Amino acid sequence: MSETTRGASTRSRVLVVDDDAALAEMLSIVLRNEGYEPVWCAYGDKALASFREAKPDLVLLDLMLPGRDGVDVCRDIRTESGVPIIMLTAKTDTIDVVEGLEAGADDYVAKPFKAKELVARIKTRLRRTPTAEENELETLRIGDLSISVDGHTVKRGGVPIQLTPLEFDLLLALARRPWQVFSREVLLEQVWGYRHAADTRLVNVHVQRLRSKIERDPEHPEIVVTVRGIGYKAGETVQV
Amino acid sequence: MVTTTAAAEVGGEPAHRWWRYPADLWWRSLPLRVIASVLCASVVVLVLGGFLLMQQATSGVMEGKERTVRDDARQAVESAQAQLNANPLTGTVDVDRLLFELTRGFVARNGGNGQFETVLVSSGASFSSGEVADRSIPPALVTQVQLTNDLLVTPTEVVYTDGRPPVAGLVAGATLTLPPTNRYQIYLIFPLTQEVATLHVLRNAVVTTGAMVIILLTFIAALVARQVVNPVRAARQAAESLASGNLHDRMQVRGSDDLARLAVSMNYMAAELEKQIGTLEDLSAVQQRFVADVSHELRTPLTTVRMAAEVLHDAREDFDPIAARSAELLQAELDRFEALLSDLLEISRFDAGAAALTLETVDVRDVVTRVVSASSTLAERNNTVVSVHASEPARVEVDSRRIERILRNLLVNAIEHSEGRPIDVLVAADENAVAVAVRDHGVGFEASQARQVFHRFWRADPARARMVGGTGLGLSIAMEDANLHGGWLTAWGRPGQGAQFRLTLPRTSGTVLETSPLPLVPRDFTPVPPPVEQPTAPVAPEEPDLRAGSVRLESTAGAP
Repeated sequence: MSETTRGASTRSRVLVVDDDAALAEMLSIVLRNEGYEPVWCAYGDKALASFREAKPDLVLLDLMLPGRDGVDVCRDIRTESGVPIIMLTAKTDTIDVVEGLEAGADDYVAKPFKAKELVARIKTRLRRTPTAEENELETLRIGDLSISVDGHTVKRGGVPIQLTPLEFDLLLALARRPWQVFSREVLLEQVWGYRHAADTRLVNVHVQRLRSKIERDPEHPEIVVTVRGIGYKAGETVQV
Repeated sequence: MVTTTAAAEVGGEPAHRWWRYPADLWWRSLPLRVIASVLCASVVVLVLGGFLLMQQATSGVMEGKERTVRDDARQAVESAQAQLNANPLTGTVDVDRLLFELTRGFVARNGGNGQFETVLVSSGASFSSGEVADRSIPPALVTQVQLTNDLLVTPTEVVYTDGRPPVAGLVAGATLTLPPTNRYQIYLIFPLTQEVATLHVLRNAVVTTGAMVIILLTFIAALVARQVVNPVRAARQAAESLASGNLHDRMQVRGSDDLARLAVSMNYMAAELEKQIGTLEDLSAVQQRFVADVSHELRTPLTTVRMAAEVLHDAREDFDPIAARSAELLQAELDRFEALLSDLLEISRFDAGAAALTLETVDVRDVVTRVVSASSTLAERNNTVVSVHASEPARVEVDSRRIERILRNLLVNAIEHSEGRPIDVLVAADENAVAVAVRDHGVGFEASQARQVFHRFWRADPARARMVGGTGLGLSIAMEDANLHGGWLTAWGRPGQGAQFRLTLPRTSGTVLETSPLPLVPRDFTPVPPPVEQPTAPVAPEEPDLRAGSVRLESTAGAP
């Protein structure tokens, strides 16, 4: 697929962590059909090992797993990788979804989902940011951070800060247009690829996660600033 | 009908209002009633008692004084008679002199202590010792004394000639005979200055004591009332606390009197309530757990089936016609199945009380715009034009996801039943509320069905073919969503003249709705034939006893 720009393989590898064999097989059929290479793991407690072994480009993670809870698995993966994680959840109740997002999942799809819906989500997460307006050698400044667009790195005073691709995209979206206030809906469209209004909790949770990594004091954010009643904007650029 | 009564009630109220406040206070405060009763009763008792006491004291003093007066007077008269007898006289001048001496003698003998004053009356003149005026002797006594030889005593008012204020007194009258035939009347006047002063002191003492007793009794009453009322108040507070959900609250039990027993009973009741509610909560938790599990267990296989159906559907061109059509049907029915499942789960979430609001302030017009544009395909398919009439901002604190779902349900329902006629969506706002009405001119329904349309799986006409294939739960869920916001969802309809669904939401969450900015009956509705009462119906004030969210049935007066 043309979207897959990472690695030597032309086929992106997707790790499916789900205990339901039928669903996993069906997912494999659909993924293979879309040009991905699925790897299946049925147990929560073996998920991390499978992850290390398969080195997937994306993880589809069910939240209810035998052995180890999906949220915990999510947290485990996040400690060593920023690879995109999409939760598959049968529960749309606030607490479960938010827990998963806070554990580091980038996005979620509620069961029963349509294959097209899932594939669209996967494509968005695997798509790297290149668009027409970019100058790939550009370095953006936001607050006291410098963002290397092509290198996908963020540095504060020369020290790199580790961000997941999603967090990087979120920061980049804000930094590209520092004069603009982004509503949650606009961010959902630009970063998550949702055409129609979706769950704004995605934005809230990920802004919190991003702040915890890049802000000096996450309680008083200076880089990702909340605009009450509207959304977020980039903070003032500081000359270092 | 209802309107008229309500208006009369409202109109009659202010006239009664002025006495309401004290009356309210009276009926609200038990201590006040106890204190007031004790005060009234003790005032009555003390006034009566004081009155009796004063009367007995007065009559006792007066009787004693009268006896003394009688004795003194008799003695004085006897000694005067003896003096007269000892001085047989000749000539008027001598008599006058003698009488003068006599009166003066009395005064002298009294030693000037003012026990009595003497007035002697001869045929021509009166001799008086001291400054007592003749007027002090009542004429009735004079008449009686002239007729008898007895000593007569009667009360009088003693008047002085030297300007002293008159005092109460006793006057004793008798006749002196000067041999041979002259008769003189002698009057001894006893002022009661001393006795009056004594009674005054006594009266003051009684009044002071009475006042003090009343004050003390009031205090005691207040104290007793407090003693009784405090536990009752504690019980009330405990009951209120229980009612507001603090099931662990208990009353203090002191002693073993009636109030302690009340506390024990209250505590027992609280314990029982806690147990029952605990059981119910457990059941509810089990139910919620069950719903969540069913949700998960059903959704996972449904996802697989759905994806499989999609794969089949996408590949249907390679199938033979029968298999291809089957794949299409499978796909379409899965959509319905999924919608039904999610609606059922939503309903059971409401039933379990697990539905919670995520509040934010939005302009309802934005939600309406979103919903209308999302339903545009469906509207086009039904050849229906949806027009929105929203001029003023309608910002309101709601869970926008739920409000969107309500409006989507209403709009889809309207499109489904519009029969190709235009649909109007009206948005209006006032200080306290925001309302959205969805008006269609389609098949409508009987006025009596305005409540039933919100029932689960209810269909206006079972014989009518399903067009859109809603789950039959849409309006029930909309109603639950409206209730969750403390809003109203009301329906109006007439067969053949369309229907109007009106959603009213309080501006800020938690406030109680009283009126809606939009009328229940559509403004463009002209009843055929027009009944006389009809014009008043749309402006009828909201009935105050309406539960929030309950269906307002409009008056049957306009029903054809």
